[in-house]
Amino acid sequence: MNFEDIEQGIVELIRKAETELPDDVIKALKKANRIEEGVAKTQIEAILKNIDLAKESKRPMCQDTGIQTFFVKVGIDFPYINKLKNIINNGVKKGTKEIPLRPNTVDPFLGINHKDNTGDQIPYITWDFTEGSDVLITALPKGGGSENMSKLGMLKPGVGIEGVKDFVVDEMIKAAGNPCPPTVVGVGIGGGADLSLKLGKKALLRPVGERHKYKTIASIEEELIERINESGIGPMGLGGKTTVLDVHIEKAHRHPASLPVGIAVQCWADRRAHMIIHKDGSWKVR
Amino acid sequence: MEYHLNLPASKEEIKKLKIRDVIYVTGEIFTARDEAHHMMLEKDKIPFDPSKMALFHCGPLMKKEKNKWQVVSAGPTTSSRMEIFEDKFLEKFGTNIIIGKGGMGERTEKALQKFTGVYTAYTGGAGALAADKVEEVPGVYWLEELGMPEAAWIFKVKEFGPLVVAIDSHGGSIYNELKK
Repeated sequence: MNFEDIEQGIVELIRKAETELPDDVIKALKKANRIEEGVAKTQIEAILKNIDLAKESKRPMCQDTGIQTFFVKVGIDFPYINKLKNIINNGVKKGTKEIPLRPNTVDPFLGINHKDNTGDQIPYITWDFTEGSDVLITALPKGGGSENMSKLGMLKPGVGIEGVKDFVVDEMIKAAGNPCPPTVVGVGIGGGADLSLKLGKKALLRPVGERHKYKTIASIEEELIERINESGIGPMGLGGKTTVLDVHIEKAHRHPASLPVGIAVQCWADRRAHMIIHKDGSWKVR
Repeated sequence: MEYHLNLPASKEEIKKLKIRDVIYVTGEIFTARDEAHHMMLEKDKIPFDPSKMALFHCGPLMKKEKNKWQVVSAGPTTSSRMEIFEDKFLEKFGTNIIIGKGGMGERTEKALQKFTGVYTAYTGGAGALAADKVEEVPGVYWLEELGMPEAAWIFKVKEFGPLVVAIDSHGGSIYNELKK
């Protein structure tokens, strides 16, 4: 088995995520461009120009190439499960030089940066198992500016879903221009503190414009989009109609005494790319 | 209004600028994030003249090719982190244009009035577009100590923008208007 070839696949996966935005995001930004005017329009125009330029010149659209974050679905019959972690790590190291990526991993105590985007627990990989023999990897490079606007609310269950909505709207108004709006907001409701934040981040994997499969939740998503956009914060916090491109909610059952709400924020550079690896080692990035 | 300014910008040119104006700058700019601010404020002497340049809140992605530094991607970083340094920084170095994103607080607003400067917002994340406007990288300082994102990079830029005047020298701030 040629593991080096699969590592190169990881490089291509990261390159795709860093240099090209998914169509659903571009579509939403183009819609924003149609409805904005004045300063807000200058921002969306610059974003769209930047996206074209990055794709054309194959270079990262944003200098903050993020913490390399992967969601991996492993088919239980894939024969090289024990190699996957190394393959991803090596792919990140190679990609840092080849693409290139900004050296973004710093030891919190010593300040040491290995300059290859790896370190303790990083790249950050979430493992999941599924039937079959294919491996599906989603890359979600996560920038620091938007990550800094993450929030956890351990609300009192008595405030109900209305309280959850108010919490999300208030926090996004407080975040203002800092997370590089128009953003995509992932909201995890229920579970415990950690699970709600994890669900918030997983919610970011859903394409922009796609509503939750449950009608009640879908309509809450729509309400939140409307309320946050009514704030007038606008692109880059300079005023305008588009503060969020989308809001995605995921839920888990909660403890009777807790109502955790985890908010994960993604900047307009809602970078996502996918890779499939077959059991014979062949791979494809899309 | 739209203005095309050569750096350094004069006091008169800065005074003319009002919030929501859009400017494009040509000349030299330098990058400084938290650590470069801290370092520059501590040092008695620094190896370049910030009063002739615009200050860019940016941790760029750079690569070295044929012994020459090139900008790969260089959008702005969140300016509010520099709020704790900026009034002292403007006073010490006489820089009169700040380029960043997300806005700054009261201390910087007051310093911009006192020393006649503007804070301009460049589109966050537009790193490839910014890199395209950099003609040359004449220097870098403290690269070894601070690392690539935190070092002070000097960029020679042409028509760098669009930069939206978000805090002007007359006490105007787009961010404060929106908060109301």
